[in-house]
Amino acid sequence: MIAEHVAFGIIAAVMVASALRVVTTRDIMHAALYLVIVLAGVASLFLLVGAEFTGITQILIYIGAVIVLFLFGIMLTRSDFDQDEETDHKRKFPAILTALLLLAVMVGALVDRFEDVKLDANLPGGQTPQTTAQVSDELFSQYIVPFEAVSVLLLAALIGAIVIARREEGG
Amino acid sequence: MLSANIAAAETAGKAVAASGWFLENAWLIWLFPAVSFLLILLFGKRFPRGGSEIGIAAVGASFVFGLLTAIQWISEVEGAGGGGAEGEHALGAGGLVVAAEGEASGGVSALTRSITWLTNGAEAIGAGIMIDGLAVMMIFVVTVVSLLVHIYSTDYVAGDRRYTHFFAFLSLFTASMLFFVTASTTIQMLVGWELVGVCSFVLIGHWWEEKDNSDAALKAFFTNRVGDMGIIIGVSILFFGAGTFDVIGVNEAAINGSMSHTVTLAAALCLTAAVMSKSGQFFLHTWLPDAMAGPTPVSALIHAATMVVAGIFMVARLYGVFFEGYAIGGSSINMLALIGGLTTLVGATLAFVQNDIKRVLAYSTVSQLGYMVLALGVGAWTAALFHLFTHAFFKACLFLGSGSVSHAVHSFDMKKDMGGLRQHMPHTYRTFMIGTVALAGLPILSGFWSKDEILVGTGGWGLFGGTGGNGAYTVMLAMGMITAALTGAYMTRVVYLTFFGEFRGHGTPHESGPRITVPLWILGGLAVVAGFINFPAGFQLVPASWEEKFLQWVEPVGVSYFPAIKHATPSWTLAIVSVIVALIGIGAAYYYYFVRVRAVSPAATELPDGPTSRSAVARLGHRILVNKYYLDWLYTTVIVGFVKGPLARAAYWTNQNVIDRVVNEAGTRSVQAGNIVYHKVDQLVVDGIVNATGKISDSSGEELRRIQTGKVQQYAAIMFAAATILAGIFIIVI
Amino acid sequence: MLLNEMLLLGAVLFCIGVYGVLARRNGVLVLMSIELILNAVNINLIAFGAFHDTVMGQIFALFVITVAAAEVGIGLAIVLLLYRNRRSIDLDQVDLMKG
Repeated sequence: MIAEHVAFGIIAAVMVASALRVVTTRDIMHAALYLVIVLAGVASLFLLVGAEFTGITQILIYIGAVIVLFLFGIMLTRSDFDQDEETDHKRKFPAILTALLLLAVMVGALVDRFEDVKLDANLPGGQTPQTTAQVSDELFSQYIVPFEAVSVLLLAALIGAIVIARREEGG
Repeated sequence: MLSANIAAAETAGKAVAASGWFLENAWLIWLFPAVSFLLILLFGKRFPRGGSEIGIAAVGASFVFGLLTAIQWISEVEGAGGGGAEGEHALGAGGLVVAAEGEASGGVSALTRSITWLTNGAEAIGAGIMIDGLAVMMIFVVTVVSLLVHIYSTDYVAGDRRYTHFFAFLSLFTASMLFFVTASTTIQMLVGWELVGVCSFVLIGHWWEEKDNSDAALKAFFTNRVGDMGIIIGVSILFFGAGTFDVIGVNEAAINGSMSHTVTLAAALCLTAAVMSKSGQFFLHTWLPDAMAGPTPVSALIHAATMVVAGIFMVARLYGVFFEGYAIGGSSINMLALIGGLTTLVGATLAFVQNDIKRVLAYSTVSQLGYMVLALGVGAWTAALFHLFTHAFFKACLFLGSGSVSHAVHSFDMKKDMGGLRQHMPHTYRTFMIGTVALAGLPILSGFWSKDEILVGTGGWGLFGGTGGNGAYTVMLAMGMITAALTGAYMTRVVYLTFFGEFRGHGTPHESGPRITVPLWILGGLAVVAGFINFPAGFQLVPASWEEKFLQWVEPVGVSYFPAIKHATPSWTLAIVSVIVALIGIGAAYYYYFVRVRAVSPAATELPDGPTSRSAVARLGHRILVNKYYLDWLYTTVIVGFVKGPLARAAYWTNQNVIDRVVNEAGTRSVQAGNIVYHKVDQLVVDGIVNATGKISDSSGEELRRIQTGKVQQYAAIMFAAATILAGIFIIVI
Repeated sequence: MLLNEMLLLGAVLFCIGVYGVLARRNGVLVLMSIELILNAVNINLIAFGAFHDTVMGQIFALFVITVAAAEVGIGLAIVLLLYRNRRSIDLDQVDLMKG
């Protein structure tokens, strides 16, 4: 129990620190690498609460694919601009204000509603892992239609991305 | 309507449901004028009399049907043994009638008949008719006054260039009002309510070329919109509270307590706002006198006899909600009674300083409507509707009389252009006098009976030795008494300025033709006899079987959708006191005008050194009254000035451009008068409005452009911030 | 473990992401910040899934991951196109919609 808490605390602290670096660092390459840390933290949290399949998927898709995509994007669009990422105070201030306001509202609501609620309160024997078999059973029976829709969406996004990014012939 | 299923009303206790061919097919009553509206609009110009004959025929048919429906209803009530007759015995014995459910020998519950109009989810919204004594009475009033006004108008607006148009909208108005009073659901009532508002707008602005008239129409419309919000919200609250739109269901829910008191009160408050605007109650009454810009028959029909009583009818129809919401029984003051009392005083005082004869009558209408609201507020339901009934006749008579006068002298200004018309217009003079006496509440004319019943109903007259009533509304009784005196006084002033003294106008006035005088005499006759329908019980004036017929026919007894109201016992003392009070008012005004002013000169209208020139207090009071308690100033300068900005500018722009455009359109149209079919004009006007809408969007876009920086993150910031604030509000509220 | 630990972490990440979306001018960084937001949402979904002992949380998180992948693909393609046309991915320069 204590170990769980400690693990969560460490992971959470690392994640928050990295996330802050993502949005504040000047070097966009660093930002991408910090993002990897955050995403890995999310994946380990998933594993921590027993969501095995999603945790693995998180690592595969995000760290394996999305980050690579980002790196490609960064390299293809690298320009003088990258290093002088400026963020003047005029735009920083409203952004901080909005974010803090949002945080206050959400934290207030969460503390008010879920104070002291145990995550495994519903389970008599503590946390039971949700197995991959359960997930696949659900996904391919009840959620088969959304699943197919998402596949089509991915295909469409794939084609769309190619069409958008393709260099015009002779251009 | 073919698939209509006869849903006999919920019968409670031993109440029996009414039936009968005319009762079941009462929807025909509003269908006639509705069809007539379309016919006149499309083909009216091709008829020899410009479509007026269609309107008269349709309203005449409605009148006949309404009369037959009423007869059938009355025979049903009488046949059911008459809960009212039982009540009289109880009255004789115990002193007061308790019309509790199941206690009376059995009333007749309303006949309802409806079809499913639309289905939204599991909720089927019906549309249909609900016929009971109240509906029948309203049908009678509306069709009688409307028919007479139609006949009167054929002379009054003869030669007007929008003659056909005028009759089309009179028909539509009649149809809407009849639809409203026979509605079986609150949604239908809402539809009828809005329709009469639109007709009122169109008819007030009948001569829209003059800016005053179009301003008045807009004012009426916008003031009514304020209240319309009230009825929309109120109806919604009632739906969520009672789970139904049915009038009967809503009332039952309010009475049997399945709707919580808070909800009922909230709904009653919202609906009261609606009543305030539609029925010209203080402080939303300011549109009603301005509405006199419309043609006089319209004033008589809409702004005296029928439309403005829509608010009264609504309260009466949903009386369960109001009675329970305001806890009328056993209390001594409530919002409805207070508003009514204030209105009746404000209207009566303002009537004093008007020089326009129609405006005097308009304020008088405001005052009398206040009486009715007051009566409803104190629980004197029957008295309120009885007053509605009698008031419709004598006020229509007075309005049409004033129209007849202005027809002769081409003006409404009593001080400049009238005086001494007694010799020139004998018929108008006599009918006007009948209306005046009825309005002032002198026996034995109709106004006396109904006004007295209201005063009795306040129950706040322990000092006159009476009993009964729903509560001790002493303040309301005082207000009613003061108004009784004021009413007599201002009507005396009108009569002197119009018919006595010396003629101050130009030329020689002539009596109007028979199409004007005959309706006047009919209304005058009704103003005399209408009061006899409800002789108070226990006075041995007439045989017992003639007493309280109105109460017996109109008031629902022993049904589940009407609250158990108590009836106060009338007394000689109160009747005599109220007559004396009215006589004092009349006497004071008589002394001032007929004796003092006349002594100065037959053509004089005021004393050269009247009270206003001698006393500073009187001068101040006079100035406040002339400025109508500064209410208009408050609305236009303070409130409107406050919201001046893009919104006000946009509204002003619409006003200017749309109206201008319409005026120009009319100019072009008279050039090519021969070949333009009527509905084409409609097309053009509609087009104008559509274009105007486009331009408004354009100009508001110009204003809003500045926040469109094109920077996507700024949009995101606004979106996030707004979502955060909304979420915060949501969390706090939940 | 408390449910709120997860939820509050999600809230913090969400707000950091919002800050990034609002404050950064670099198009790629904005997309990264959106990923932060989506991950914060996923944390919530998984936490509630575990709380109610149902796999529905996981399934929805999977859908979110999939859609996020599609979104990154399209988003980066747009940024690429932007760069090709303007030699810059500064979002402040993209204000053709200015009214």
